[in-house]
Amino acid sequence: MWDYTDKVKEHFLNPRNVGEITDADAVGEVGSLACGDALKLFIKLDENKERIVDAKFQTFGCGSAIASSSALTEMVKGKTLDEALEITNQQIADFLGGLPEEKMHCSVMGQEALEAAIAKYRGVEAPAHGHGHDHVETEGELVCKCFGLTDVFLKKVIASNKLTTAEQVTHFTKAGGACGGCIPKIKDLIAEVLGEEKKVTAEKPAKLTNLRKMQLIQETLENEVRPQLWADGGDLELIDIDGSNVQVAFRKACAGCASSGYTAKFVEQKLRELVSPDITVQEVQG
Amino acid sequence: MREIYLDNNATTKVDERVFEEMRPYFCELYGNPSSMHFFGGQVQKKVDEARARVASLLGALPDEIVFTACGTESDNAAIRSALEVFPERRHVITSRVEHPAVLTQCRNLSKRGYRVTELNVDGNGQLDLAELERLVDEDTAIVSLMYANNETGVIFPIEEAAKIVKKKGALFHTDAVQAVGKIPLNMAESAIDMLSLSGHKLHAPKGVGVLFVRRGTPFRPMLVGGHQERGRRAGTENTASIIAMGKACQLAEQYMADEAGRVREMRDRLERELTALIPNTRINGGGTERLPNTLSIAMEFVEGEGILLLLSEKGICASSGSACTSGSLEPSHVLRAMGVPFTCAHGSIRFSLSRFTTDDDINAVITELPPIISRLRAMSPFGREFLNK
Ligand code: FES
Repeated sequence: MWDYTDKVKEHFLNPRNVGEITDADAVGEVGSLACGDALKLFIKLDENKERIVDAKFQTFGCGSAIASSSALTEMVKGKTLDEALEITNQQIADFLGGLPEEKMHCSVMGQEALEAAIAKYRGVEAPAHGHGHDHVETEGELVCKCFGLTDVFLKKVIASNKLTTAEQVTHFTKAGGACGGCIPKIKDLIAEVLGEEKKVTAEKPAKLTNLRKMQLIQETLENEVRPQLWADGGDLELIDIDGSNVQVAFRKACAGCASSGYTAKFVEQKLRELVSPDITVQEVQG
Repeated sequence: MREIYLDNNATTKVDERVFEEMRPYFCELYGNPSSMHFFGGQVQKKVDEARARVASLLGALPDEIVFTACGTESDNAAIRSALEVFPERRHVITSRVEHPAVLTQCRNLSKRGYRVTELNVDGNGQLDLAELERLVDEDTAIVSLMYANNETGVIFPIEEAAKIVKKKGALFHTDAVQAVGKIPLNMAESAIDMLSLSGHKLHAPKGVGVLFVRRGTPFRPMLVGGHQERGRRAGTENTASIIAMGKACQLAEQYMADEAGRVREMRDRLERELTALIPNTRINGGGTERLPNTLSIAMEFVEGEGILLLLSEKGICASSGSACTSGSLEPSHVLRAMGVPFTCAHGSIRFSLSRFTTDDDINAVITELPPIISRLRAMSPFGREFLNK
């Protein structure tokens, strides 16, 4: 069971402002049935068209999606459009006393619907959120096909919420949560946002921080190297990383295997290719 | 608030009689069954009795019963064993709708260079045996197919599948965690090599499982060390839970008729009434054979978590085929494999009954669920056309 705050529960059980506004000034729609959640936000302005006097919503989605929509409608009332645009997804979550991280995408959906509504009212192209299959965005490149999300949108969410892992990006946007095919691309986007130009060529490592390099070495060993060794009944263990020197110990069929020198070369080559060209691999007993 | 517990495919209440049976084996009869003294010996007798009771429920022989720690361990042990028995074979067959205990293991195997085939299911969640026959070959080490699906209750034609597989010389394992105790099984007249069951799905406590390994089936243990379970599963026996498991199996044998009769009738009534009261529903797996206790109902234009939370407010415990509850975001892999349309895959709810379910429980759902669905549909941008008036 999710650990929802009392405020989330309260807004889910007694949502405020459910319904539609027939003469709404602005309507923002995000999500779809296929995505598993969708939000339609209606906004009514005062006669000077300055301040939001009323807001209503219709939501298809889980408990926290309904609570986030309810919170959003409460938060925007009385604000000017510019003030409303300042609302971040984190503020929506804070209003509810916090959301479980896995559910942060609900708050993002709220913020997106708000942006979409205001953009539509002002007659500008909606920002490239891309959330939802029914209105495919032209801006940006489609990264997550399952949820119809573009790189522009994902980078925005990554930057504004300071996300550092693909898992977090899934929690905040759902990208990567279905087939997972887009996860490598998401990782690239995170790296890009973190200011690490990840080029396809092998020159990038000069900019690798030590920490990132160690992570990459570990990931490469886990995902690229060990599965290949397993296939032959072998295995290895990472013993230490000292700068660019990677120490590994061979296990199972690889241990004491006559061609372990060759295997060490294979590991080194993989790491040079995928992490940094200056890596050396050393076999140790451990 | 009284709980109306209709989530028995997730876990069951420990039957009081089961609990009474295991109770002395903590503080009084705590001996180790492997010990030479009388004190351990009397525990050994009870463990033997438990083994015989499990065997009786399955129509198996006592020495074909290996106690484990859970259904997942049994599943893992069976598949791993087969791969060790046939080190030169690199092919494994399973289905797309398996429990993660099997599916995750198979997917990990495919990362390690094994060829893994996941059989498709049709719209009813049913297997195509011709496909199985076509795909099993000399390279196949093991075929692992569930007896009955935990989400939909759909029963696979396991005996036929096992025969096909045996004919081709591969081992056949079935995860029967949901089937045992709900439908009769008879290993004496079966081609199944290995079968998993789990205590907590049949009113025994959590933390005990069984792997049936047919006499003569080659087996390599996953846990090694002691000689317990005839060397097939090392580790000091979880005596109290094993004794509980024995009692639970004995009771399950007695209650089999209740499952087929009273429980099935309650399930059918629930299904009938909900379908009549709630427009735009479909029964997942409704067109094929299902367990008598399981109802998976898909309701269009609403999302499962909201339904579960509102049911929970009324004391009703059920589970969803949607994902929001499990942390992933897609509708369940089972419903997706069945091709349940996305208009209702997110709004699938599973009710699973047991011997402790009463007519009042069923009435409560029939009263509470329809207004919950109307309420959520009224709130949903897609559900408005279904508003009554
Ligand atoms: S493409 Fe992103 S989850 Fe499938």
